[in-house]
Amino acid sequence: MSRKFVEEFKVVKNIALNSSNFLIKLLSKKALPQIAPGQFVNVEVENSKEIFLRRPFSVFEVDYTQNTMSLIVKILGRGSKKLTEIEEGDTINIVYPLGKSFSYPEKEDKVLLIGGGSGVAPMLFLAKETGLVKENVDIILGARSKEEHIDVSDYAKYGNLHYTTEDGSLGEKGFVTHHSIFEQINNYSKIYACGPDAMMKAVAKIAQTEGIFCEVSLENLMACGFGVCLCCIEPTQKGNLCICTEGPVFNIKELKW
Amino acid sequence: MVDLNVKIHDLDLKNPVMTASGTSGFAEELTDFYDVGQLGGLLLKGTTLKNRDGNAYPRMAETASGMLNAVGLQNKGVDYFIENIYPRIKDYNTPLIVNVNGSTVEEYIAVTEKVNELDKIPAIELNISCPNVKEGGMSFGISCPSAEAVTREVRRVYDKTLIVKLSPNVTDITEIAKAVEGQGADSVSLVNTFLGMSIDSEKRIPLLSTVTGGLSGPAIKPIALRMVWQVYNAVKIPVIGMGGIMNAADAIEFMLAGATAVQVGTAIFKNPFIPLQIIEGIKEYLERHKIQSASELTGCLQM
Repeated sequence: MSRKFVEEFKVVKNIALNSSNFLIKLLSKKALPQIAPGQFVNVEVENSKEIFLRRPFSVFEVDYTQNTMSLIVKILGRGSKKLTEIEEGDTINIVYPLGKSFSYPEKEDKVLLIGGGSGVAPMLFLAKETGLVKENVDIILGARSKEEHIDVSDYAKYGNLHYTTEDGSLGEKGFVTHHSIFEQINNYSKIYACGPDAMMKAVAKIAQTEGIFCEVSLENLMACGFGVCLCCIEPTQKGNLCICTEGPVFNIKELKW
Repeated sequence: MVDLNVKIHDLDLKNPVMTASGTSGFAEELTDFYDVGQLGGLLLKGTTLKNRDGNAYPRMAETASGMLNAVGLQNKGVDYFIENIYPRIKDYNTPLIVNVNGSTVEEYIAVTEKVNELDKIPAIELNISCPNVKEGGMSFGISCPSAEAVTREVRRVYDKTLIVKLSPNVTDITEIAKAVEGQGADSVSLVNTFLGMSIDSEKRIPLLSTVTGGLSGPAIKPIALRMVWQVYNAVKIPVIGMGGIMNAADAIEFMLAGATAVQVGTAIFKNPFIPLQIIEGIKEYLERHKIQSASELTGCLQM
């Protein structure tokens, strides 16, 4: 159990990164609590008949000196669509920080971070926080096409960036698991992944076969985000667990994948 | 100073606002946000004799002004509760009420007997209205003979405050309320969720793994309010009202319709502070209307 808050944030930035991804930067009046990569927030998009429940989003960036927090919002349905229409200066109610974070690597680790779709956000947050030299951090980002990739060149200082696209318009062609890095997968001591289920399952299968430590961050439909509704469950070795409190980050050994 | 205290049989509540079972976990989850000692009471997550994994994912679907759930009473069983959870929560400064469930009358009795031994649990809520389990649950709450039978048998083994939680999925809820009152229930709480369903028209699939589930939220409030008013006029025992309460005005409406206390449920998913905001709102209402005590609100609907 850890302290959680319900707070109003002011929207200080809302920009389109491409046709379906938006960067929303939020300012708190209060000092932010510690937020770690993999943790998420539950956002009250609007108090309307159609969008009754909150929507969960991974945290992308945190700036404790400015008291700001950023989210990457990918349009998936009516809630995320509405959220991307929010205007700078608006206030928004947020429940946070929620869930368990990725475990940080050890000094001697060589890590591979894999992000697909909106799963890019926690991966880049983690890249920034690994505490490893750049040489020991590889980051593969996957999307359908070049247009669906967001510009993350700022993150090149934290790790070596690699791209895949399904149409070959940027980086290597195919899914993230088709990337040539996987030919030397045993160079890595830890793999972290966040993205569509099929992508994470493919990564998990390789990690399992090779016996490499692997953590994934899951996303399920949820109502509360803090462990009382029991809706966002994932079947695990310990039975059905709420991903909002026992996850969203899981070691693949805990899952029934 | 207004008096917020209300009484449900032997149970003294410092204010009329409780949190509904299945929406406030085992209390600890809410303590991440605030001191639960501020609540009038807290209904713990539905508890069964043995571990239950609940239903498969997806268990939730957002609907217009509400949601469907099909959790299916996931819990680790009453023994786990007694050994692992109860010791950690028993000293919270609010009445903790166990929501008792079973597939058979014997299971209801077994859970009740174990909970009866717990000093810091002053009441149970007998859940004969869960719509999301294949056996037991709601099937006990939709006919008078089965509601009577389970209430009678549980009453025999339980001497503290016995609340029976009623299903709205019946032709006449007052008949069930009278039936359980006749078998010694000290209070009735209503309503549990309405059986509903939701479909993805594009994919042509149901949105819940169980196809049907329980509807809650503001969408059900007018029906819940009507049922509370009907039951209040049909029984002598105190009524606990719930169903889509989102703010103090909603809670006051339920009290005017006849509820002695209310439970806040789905609203907690939107904001866990809503029960505390409702307590403040009731206090402000009483002051503004120069009413001395929250208990005076019960059933004082002007006709």
